[in-house]
Amino acid sequence: MKVLLTARGDNLDAKMDERFGRADYFIVYDTDSKEFEAIKNPHINDQGGVGISVAKFVLQKGVDAVVSGSYGPNALDVLRTGDLKLYSTKGGSVKENIELLEEGKLEIFNT
Amino acid sequence: MKIAVTSGKGGTGKTTIATMLAKAAENAQYLDCDAEEPNGKFFLKPEIEKTIPYTELVPKINEDRCTFCEKCADACAYKALVVMGKPLNKVMFFDELCHSCGACAYVCPVEGALVEIEQEVGLFNVGKAGNIDFVEGVLNIGEASATRLIATMKKRFMNDKKTVILDSPPGTSCSVVETIDGVDFVVLVSEPTPFGLSDLRLTVELVRDMGLPFGIVINKAEKENSLIDDYAKKENIEILYRLEFSRQIAEGYSKGILPFDKYAGDFKKVLKRIEELI
Repeated sequence: MKVLLTARGDNLDAKMDERFGRADYFIVYDTDSKEFEAIKNPHINDQGGVGISVAKFVLQKGVDAVVSGSYGPNALDVLRTGDLKLYSTKGGSVKENIELLEEGKLEIFNT
Repeated sequence: MKIAVTSGKGGTGKTTIATMLAKAAENAQYLDCDAEEPNGKFFLKPEIEKTIPYTELVPKINEDRCTFCEKCADACAYKALVVMGKPLNKVMFFDELCHSCGACAYVCPVEGALVEIEQEVGLFNVGKAGNIDFVEGVLNIGEASATRLIATMKKRFMNDKKTVILDSPPGTSCSVVETIDGVDFVVLVSEPTPFGLSDLRLTVELVRDMGLPFGIVINKAEKENSLIDDYAKKENIEILYRLEFSRQIAEGYSKGILPFDKYAGDFKKVLKRIEELI
């Protein structure tokens, strides 16, 4: 399974970023191979429509799940067109959130 | 003569001053450009003769013609269009981000795949308040921007033969720039409070940038308070008038009654002074 997490830094020890669209980094983690890729948010300085652009970017990454804090309404509209699970983080590091996800202890985001 | 009445801070008395100027003028047209919450009507009490819907163009996608080439989404500077699906098979439109610029329709290479349709986002009320020609713009609740509505209102209704009083939205955003663009004079209404002064400074910067002649009216003025006067002196800005703070005016205002007759002479003088300054 591939999961994308929003983070404040470019490694697994980085703190989670609770903002979806304006997150500093995206960590794409593969739970099978245990490998990850860190991507600097390419839309962080866009003036508007950031949620939409980032959601589209996430769908193009072809991940199975996303872990973030809060998702904006426009981002959600786009994300829901894809076949992926959305999770809410309660903070902590990227690594901690991956562990919680693998143990099935992360809360599913639904509103 | 076109006079815009604006302020940095909301609630300083734009509408009080604008309606008093309109009442004092010989041959006035009052345009309420504060389209998110127009309130001039509560004091001028116009009879509305016509209500005209205001529409803006937005894109509509015909998905059976669309080739999902993404040219429209790439052209949209506001990210209002996004093409989704794997393979791409759906165009999503976010109307609150759309600025009706028409770029999407311009770049669409397929006849009939993207057409512009009219969407109602507000209205204009046109009527008479005694001798005053009255027009107000009203933006529908939930709509994001009054800027284009104001531009349309000025183009469509402004009568150059009249003394036009434009009651502006507060602040220094696009809707204010649109309201004061092209006027002969800007009246900046301020109140002698720290917030009033702070927002006044921003507005002064704006009107200076736009190269418009302007002066200050102090509302809710108090004899022992020289906060705005000191600033105006330092910046070499003329104080056109000070309307003293009065409980009577505040109580009347809360009931939609302003003492137009009592101040008509004063505001005639203000209009005369503005004419000299233009």
